[in-house]
Amino acid sequence: MNYFPDEVIEHVFDFVTSQKDRNAVSLVCKSWYKIERLSRQSVFIGNCYAISPERVIGRFPGLKSLTLKGKPHFADFNLLPYDWGGWVYPWVEALAKSRVGLEELRLKRMVVSDDCLELLSRSFVNFKSLVLVSCEGFTTDGLAAIAANCRYLRELDLQEIEVDDNRGQWISCFPDSCTSLVSLNFSCLKGEINLTALERLVARSPNLKSLRLNRAVPLDTLQKLLMRAPQLVDLGIGSFVYDPSSEAYIKLKATLVKCKSIRSLSGFLEVVPCCLSAIHPVCQNLTSLNLSYAPGIHGNELIKLIRFCRKLERLWILDSIGDRGLGVVAFTCKELQELRVFPSGVDNAAVTEEGLVAISAGCPKLHSLLYFCQQMTNAALITVAKNNSNFTRFRLCILDREKPDPVTMQPLDEGFGAIVQSCKRLRRLSLSGLLTDQVFLYIGMYAEQLEMLSIAFAGNSDKGMLYVLNGCKKLRKLEIRDSPFGNTALLTDVGKYETMRSLWMSSCEVTLGGCQTLAKKMPRLNVEIINEDDQMEFSLDDRQKVGKMYLYRTLVGPRKDAPDFVWTL
Amino acid sequence: MELEITELRLGLPGRDGCDSGLNSSSNNNKNEKKRAFSDICDEANYETNGERKINPTKSQVVGWPPVCSYRRKNSFNEKDRVESSKMYVKVSMDGAPFLRKIDLGMHQGYPDLAMALEKLFGCFGLSEALKDADSSEFVPIYEDKDGDWMLAGDVPWE
Repeated sequence: MNYFPDEVIEHVFDFVTSQKDRNAVSLVCKSWYKIERLSRQSVFIGNCYAISPERVIGRFPGLKSLTLKGKPHFADFNLLPYDWGGWVYPWVEALAKSRVGLEELRLKRMVVSDDCLELLSRSFVNFKSLVLVSCEGFTTDGLAAIAANCRYLRELDLQEIEVDDNRGQWISCFPDSCTSLVSLNFSCLKGEINLTALERLVARSPNLKSLRLNRAVPLDTLQKLLMRAPQLVDLGIGSFVYDPSSEAYIKLKATLVKCKSIRSLSGFLEVVPCCLSAIHPVCQNLTSLNLSYAPGIHGNELIKLIRFCRKLERLWILDSIGDRGLGVVAFTCKELQELRVFPSGVDNAAVTEEGLVAISAGCPKLHSLLYFCQQMTNAALITVAKNNSNFTRFRLCILDREKPDPVTMQPLDEGFGAIVQSCKRLRRLSLSGLLTDQVFLYIGMYAEQLEMLSIAFAGNSDKGMLYVLNGCKKLRKLEIRDSPFGNTALLTDVGKYETMRSLWMSSCEVTLGGCQTLAKKMPRLNVEIINEDDQMEFSLDDRQKVGKMYLYRTLVGPRKDAPDFVWTL
Repeated sequence: MELEITELRLGLPGRDGCDSGLNSSSNNNKNEKKRAFSDICDEANYETNGERKINPTKSQVVGWPPVCSYRRKNSFNEKDRVESSKMYVKVSMDGAPFLRKIDLGMHQGYPDLAMALEKLFGCFGLSEALKDADSSEFVPIYEDKDGDWMLAGDVPWE
């Protein structure tokens, strides 16, 4: 193995970029392990509690880019109490103390304080990129620190965050010398923004490719920004409220025609329910369109827009588009790869199985789906499976819980069964509707590549969960709520959980005793009981059913920052 | 005589509003014919009572549908809200040193607005009087764009 000097092997490793591959490479021999770890620049930690920052830094001293995920997925749906954990401060602190030249930090579902952002901004001279997704805990003061202190900042990207907006002056904190911005996304901020400062910032950022504005940026400012940044590739429009006869609107229309580089469009956070004809010239080149935050756009207007989007590869939309609109998508968007249809909350606007069938017939390249719908039938799912065996991600959410096939009144076992049997590369699956243990039998049998499974209000007995645990060899994340799986399912194959990242079970049939048994047998798992009401305090009864259990493999034992209501068994 | 029946004056903050009235400088205000208002209030009470059921109905499970809270707050069910989000109107109260502004788009109906105005001006008894409209001596009125005093409730909330 050592026919080549280390430098040559290292050079070869430069071409090995995916973390998975690099992990495999590091297992070959001690020499390769050493070369790999010293040359690795990008580290992904799927669960911040699986390892400590000190050990990560120790193994990868050349670390430049760190991605961390904190809370489990179901935290998105308010199933996890507010201060369960996921604080990133200890990581930033440890990195700051070390000699790591951090350039990029990407966080998902973590708690980030202003102090943390301040520390981050002051500790790493070459810091370039901050991406926060579904995070919380900071205010615009923290953003001001990043703006002011990170001299070579390229990327500041905030997604799906509720930030406490103290004032809109953080934009003014970018010094005049900061000309390196490539990507700026503050669309989720709710407060006012200093528009003049924003204009000047965009004017001095010749490399700016991605700009996503919040709702406080009005149309005339948008027009000025587009004039200064005709090279934009990705645009998020904040406010699109205008008077059609106004000069501002006419100017904007003219400016948009000149923006030939835009490939991705999103936002419309505030929009006049009127025509969007100004956008039509941009549509023909779009590969990505996200109108899922724009409830103000009516179905008909959406459809008109879609007709121009022949090159679309990614579409995120609200169900106000309707089955008819999805038919138009199927007819027009032959390059479509990813579709997400979110609920608008308006009852009569939902989509049904019709829309999905149309899409599966019309869009041969579709492989990623998130679909909130009013109803679904087995026949439709079987047709979808026949039309399209490419799905890698298939997430279906029938809004009415435990709803059967409305035509046959049967559970949807056969429909989902057809999907997993046909889509051999399926990695992620979310189920809904009325489902029995049978669907899990199918999943265990056919879903060989499945890595993540989300179950809610499904199944009849422990057998269901056991089919999955026994059958899905590549399973990494399993999250279950309100399903009748208990201790037998939990305890039959305890070794399985060390091959997985995590397991979430809430409102199931597992008891405190069952969880304790598991924790005893598997010391390298953290088995957390999240205890919101005081029930458990009063009765430490083994037979007590557990409200919420979250378990994950870890190399560093029970976490020291767990709040009172979290018991690590 | 008609004016006396229809006119409502709001006392200084702190008083229980025995003779209460509300002036406003544009066509906002909880305004309703006695019967129509109490009908609406009854409706609201019915809905509220429905929500207070001890056993939650099927639609009220935490975290369902599985839409993340950021998305819920920003688009879910807010289609109407977005369209009317800029409906700020001025409200004045006799004896108060300054006016207040209230966003009509933030409220779902006249009873809701009544509660909000109550909170804003710290005057109690308004919505109580209006809930039990038949026994109340007072009726809300408002001043519209043309400067006319109008009895409320003729114009539907939307």
